[in-house]
Amino acid sequence: MSDFVLLATTGLALGALYFLAASGLSLIYGLMGVLNFAHGAFMMVGAYAGWLTMTDLPPSLSVGVRLLVAAVVAVALGAAVGVVVEVVLIRPLYRHHIQQVLVTVGLSLASVAAAQGIWGADPRPVEKPDWMSGTTSLLGARLPTDRFVYVVAALAVLAGLLALLRLTRLGLIIRAGVENRTMVQALGIDVQRTFTIVFAIGGAAAALAGILYAQYAGSVSPAQGGSLLIFAFIVVVIGGMGSIVGTAVAAVAVGLVQQLANYYAASGVGDLSVVLLLALVLLLRPTSLKGATA
Amino acid sequence: MTSPAQSGVNPDATTEARLRASSVSRASTAAAGAARPASAALTPEASGSVPSPSATATSAPTSSTRAQALARAALPLAVLMVLAYLPYVPTELPGILPGRVNGPGSLQLLATCLVMGGIALSYDVLFGRTGLLSFGHALFVAAGSYLLTISLSTWSLPLPVAVLLALAITGVLAVVVGGIALRVGGIAFAMVTLAFAQAASIVVLRNPGGVTGGEEGLTLEREALPSLLVGVANAPYRYWLALAFVTVAWLVVSLLVRSRAGHAMAAVRENETRASVLGLGTYRVKLLAIVIGSLLGCLGGIVHALVLGGSNPHLTTSEFTLALLVMVVLGGAGSTWGALIGGFLYAYADARLVEVSGSSLLESLPHTIGQVLSQPLFILGIIFIVVVYFAPSGLTGLGGRLIRKGRST
Repeated sequence: MSDFVLLATTGLALGALYFLAASGLSLIYGLMGVLNFAHGAFMMVGAYAGWLTMTDLPPSLSVGVRLLVAAVVAVALGAAVGVVVEVVLIRPLYRHHIQQVLVTVGLSLASVAAAQGIWGADPRPVEKPDWMSGTTSLLGARLPTDRFVYVVAALAVLAGLLALLRLTRLGLIIRAGVENRTMVQALGIDVQRTFTIVFAIGGAAAALAGILYAQYAGSVSPAQGGSLLIFAFIVVVIGGMGSIVGTAVAAVAVGLVQQLANYYAASGVGDLSVVLLLALVLLLRPTSLKGATA
Repeated sequence: MTSPAQSGVNPDATTEARLRASSVSRASTAAAGAARPASAALTPEASGSVPSPSATATSAPTSSTRAQALARAALPLAVLMVLAYLPYVPTELPGILPGRVNGPGSLQLLATCLVMGGIALSYDVLFGRTGLLSFGHALFVAAGSYLLTISLSTWSLPLPVAVLLALAITGVLAVVVGGIALRVGGIAFAMVTLAFAQAASIVVLRNPGGVTGGEEGLTLEREALPSLLVGVANAPYRYWLALAFVTVAWLVVSLLVRSRAGHAMAAVRENETRASVLGLGTYRVKLLAIVIGSLLGCLGGIVHALVLGGSNPHLTTSEFTLALLVMVVLGGAGSTWGALIGGFLYAYADARLVEVSGSSLLESLPHTIGQVLSQPLFILGIIFIVVVYFAPSGLTGLGGRLIRKGRST
């Protein structure tokens, strides 16, 4: 039983990270039709910005405070990078979906290579606050505390995004845009501005995912973003491309399936069963992917 | 011809004619202007509604068609002959190739570049010809490579059987994966193919039962190979093998593009809805493109394993598919020359840009900038973005445009 609780918590935490990575991806895809390969680069930006901030802050501050400051810096920088990428690279290619994908592919290749050139390909260790590396007892299982941090962060982002989408005028425009972008434009609403904002949100969430994933892995490396991105893609497809709630459910499902199968079957089976899950969803409900409401 | 049908065929007819016109114009510069009248005769037709090569043949005089066909075949043949002769060229090209042209190092490099060109060509069947953005092509290339090495070492099969087995299994794999992934279109298709390729990559890296060799990769069983393909001294034979693969890929793609299936693929690429309304089975057309592209890719993987003496897990990664995409776009999607040259140049740049990192130019730059610029992928990524923006038809398209411009002034 305690094994199961531990695995479930870890799966949930992994799902939380997947959700953070996939939520921006899903919104960007739903609204703009752009498959953003540079999302891995956004995560990398977050992870490295966090790592650099933590090492540059005076060591007299406690690790927890430094991590908090690093998270704020990473999120701000992620949002800024998202805005720059949208304005400089994506906007000129408006309506050329394939070219937009190609540009983000080029950006992800170049940015990973740049990070490799500057900081090397090897993982760099990241400090972890003491209270996060401890364990918490729950239902007879000793659970690493950091898992709860990821879940809480993901829940906060989920609540924030849902509030934004359901309660604000901006959210109304985004939801309408996901449904029918042309109609929104025809009504005289500036969708361009929403694109930039959605990219900023996506960049911020991805940067948060990046810094938290670095905590989860205990290190930062250039390839981290890419490996997280692939599962984020799978989550986005299973979740219905453009739906935030769907993304959240899919992220949890993927995280749990991966962890449980990796433990109860064999190492590596979890990753495969995630792909199997994707194939099943495609075969049974292909219509769910053709568009969804945010 | 009714007007909707005409408008349905027209877009791909014009692109086709444009491609043909550009290839003829390039061929004519090589053949000292012999085919110039033919290309001049073709250009006005390009704006008309000539849907297929056979129609061109009936409307143009027979002698110029023959000259045109000859000119079209002349350039590839000339290139093939020059490339086939390279192992007899003892000159040194400092800075371009390591050592003599016919030295083992140079030939190995050229063979790798040729194989990459051929694999890029196989990817172009999906991306450039049919408009399918697949992120899973690495799966089929890796299948060819790994199935060959595994069947030679673990199952100790003879080489011909191993090759046939690899092709057969990859064909089945292409039908299954393509059949599932084609249930969704566009970007979702890209993601699904990516997921399948990723699954394969995970399997290979986990090394189940010690079969795939994990991160180390697998080396070829030397005893199972004909002695001509083994050893440093036999580098020319491996080079010719790579050249033969490229020739086969070239012929298959050229014939495919001229066939009914090729025209159907172009129609799907230009406007899938229109193609399906016109009564084409678009699902079957796309599946056919995936199977043909995958089989060519598998063959490329087999030759890659033979040339490099083993299978490398890098072939399975999504980065490899992305590299294929970069090659095709860099050279020019939907053009046989484009994909080939793109693949060749990418592999060459990837291998040779590392040399730049030691150059004096980089050492004069600040440390960090020099380190970033010493990454081949950084430079290739930036070039790729620039090409997507400023030369959407790739380097060959750009070259063709410049040639045409030079002639018109």
